[in-house]
Amino acid sequence: MKVAVIGPGNIGTDLMFKILRSPYLEMGMMVGIVESEGLKRAQSMGIKTSTRGIDAVLEDDDIKIVFDATTAKAHIKHAPLLKEAGKIAIDLTPAAVGPYVIPVVNLEKLYDEPNLNMVTCGGQATVPIVYAIAQVAGAKYAEIVSAISSKSAGPGTRQNIDEFTITTAQALCELGGAKRGKAIIILNPAEPPLIMTNTIYVEVDEPDEEKIKGAVFDMIRRVQEYVPGYRLRVPPILDGNKVTTIIEVEGAGDFLPKYAGNFDIITAAAVAVAERIAARMLKGGVEREGEKVHSYSRHHIA
Amino acid sequence: MREKKFIHIVDTTLRDGSHAVAHQFTEEHIKTIAKGLDDAGVEYIEVSHGDGLGGSSYNYGFSALTDEEMLKAAGEVIKRGKLTVLLLPGIGTHRELELAADCGAKAVRVATHVTEADIGEQHIRMAKEMGMEAFGFLMMVHMVPPEKVAEQALLFESYGADCVYVADSAGAMLPSDVKACIEAVVKRVKLPVGFHAHNNLGLAIANSLAALEAGATFLDATCRGLGAGAGNAQTEVLVGVLDKAGYETGINFYKIMDVAEELVEPIMQRPQVIRNASLMLGYAGVYSSFLLHTYRAAEKFGLDPRDILVELGRRKMVGGQEDMIIDVAYQLSQRKALKEGVSLGEAG
Repeated sequence: MKVAVIGPGNIGTDLMFKILRSPYLEMGMMVGIVESEGLKRAQSMGIKTSTRGIDAVLEDDDIKIVFDATTAKAHIKHAPLLKEAGKIAIDLTPAAVGPYVIPVVNLEKLYDEPNLNMVTCGGQATVPIVYAIAQVAGAKYAEIVSAISSKSAGPGTRQNIDEFTITTAQALCELGGAKRGKAIIILNPAEPPLIMTNTIYVEVDEPDEEKIKGAVFDMIRRVQEYVPGYRLRVPPILDGNKVTTIIEVEGAGDFLPKYAGNFDIITAAAVAVAERIAARMLKGGVEREGEKVHSYSRHHIA
Repeated sequence: MREKKFIHIVDTTLRDGSHAVAHQFTEEHIKTIAKGLDDAGVEYIEVSHGDGLGGSSYNYGFSALTDEEMLKAAGEVIKRGKLTVLLLPGIGTHRELELAADCGAKAVRVATHVTEADIGEQHIRMAKEMGMEAFGFLMMVHMVPPEKVAEQALLFESYGADCVYVADSAGAMLPSDVKACIEAVVKRVKLPVGFHAHNNLGLAIANSLAALEAGATFLDATCRGLGAGAGNAQTEVLVGVLDKAGYETGINFYKIMDVAEELVEPIMQRPQVIRNASLMLGYAGVYSSFLLHTYRAAEKFGLDPRDILVELGRRKMVGGQEDMIIDVAYQLSQRKALKEGVSLGEAG
């Protein structure tokens, strides 16, 4: 299935590398609005590029899925145009025009949506764990702390850090199933850069250790299908009704360095969403219950 | 006689002191202490969860009161001084800042790790738009050279801050370090410069004096030194010392001593002394607020708190990373168990 990426920056380029490895997706076009390093790189790799931005994408009827790695402001303009052209938008900006999606949590309910928002890196890393715990033990409250290396926090994140905390907290409740949520983000400048770590605290209704551990371990395996570097650092520790779990995310090192697991998890999740949509469209029907779409990462870690 | 140089004092007993009481200040504590500070002539009275607005959490400890309850209690009794709040971007957001302004906060200190001033730009600008006094507050300055501190201070200046603070959050600096750091900042920025001390190496007052000698004009302090780690520069001591050194603070010496002895001391949960673990904070350069969390983790995992702190220092953890205390304690306990030949049987 032919796809396009709008926005040839770090995220867009990392997406491109992942798309090129995907057995389901074909990298149709990379577009920007000015000449840039990112466009040159795509071109040198034999990919069609354009500086006419979204217009170039809209003109190509074969492109069915479009990744938007620009800005919230730009995506608000792009969203209606893509919808009108019958293209599915996967939005990696904070615009949140469409519903939030976490592949392992709610993608199945969203196959007919024309526009899907990828939440935040912290949301992709922590909501699956909150969801897993909430399913077996209930979640009165969920709180997460995402620590990322300073080098991996771009100007967009820095100028609007509140966006991260507010959006992530919202996703802990809406998707994770917690009644209340709180998110904290920490930037750490240590050298060599630290791998992204995420601490997830959940106040549960039923502190059943075996069930909670089982659910968390199972969820980690499911996320690893599209983010191979998603790993447990500290297994669920129970303290009364409080459950503490610590996860680290090492990037695949496609374009961005391995410590930038925060970038990797959001681009990998976006590609996983596109692959699952593509697989379903190619089959022309509903995916059978329990059948998993093998994502690119499986082929590569095998 | 030459006019005495005026030094602005920010009393943060009701903010940094919050760490020392595990964030359990009650409405009555806040009302009586804020009123006492106000009557004594304190110019800035900081009231917040120890980790700032929105700090109440599993990670930092839940506070007995909400931000709104704390600020309203203080706002009711402060007549002369300025109700001040702390905000750490990444923990609190513009939502809590708006709430604080609604509750009567007149000044905000936007605190970031010393290399990350740019995450506070939106909050400094917003505070100014709301008519608040805005301080840029750089934490853990001991981790970088003075030139880097100055560069980040300049960023805060460019965002429109009214003052920039240098915070020795780990209480790890010697007077000579403080002097070099403040001098570098004073040389580069036009704004007034402040210093926030911790007493982990027993140098809070000495370092505060060194900061003034290097050109700082704002100082932080807490009554009885109540604060994270071994606490802060002790307000009543600082007022006496500054008077002897020929500075003016506008604070009544007897009255501030009375606030410390009659209002603050009775609610202290333990004496504010330099115990071994707080000494290690200063020695290893670890964020002072980690102290009580480290004691708890050490007990839970059967470890020496000093081992946890040294490892946190080695990993270069920054302010706000209290969750990594559990991470470190868990890894150390696993290693210990391996050595002792016991398997904890954990997966992953």
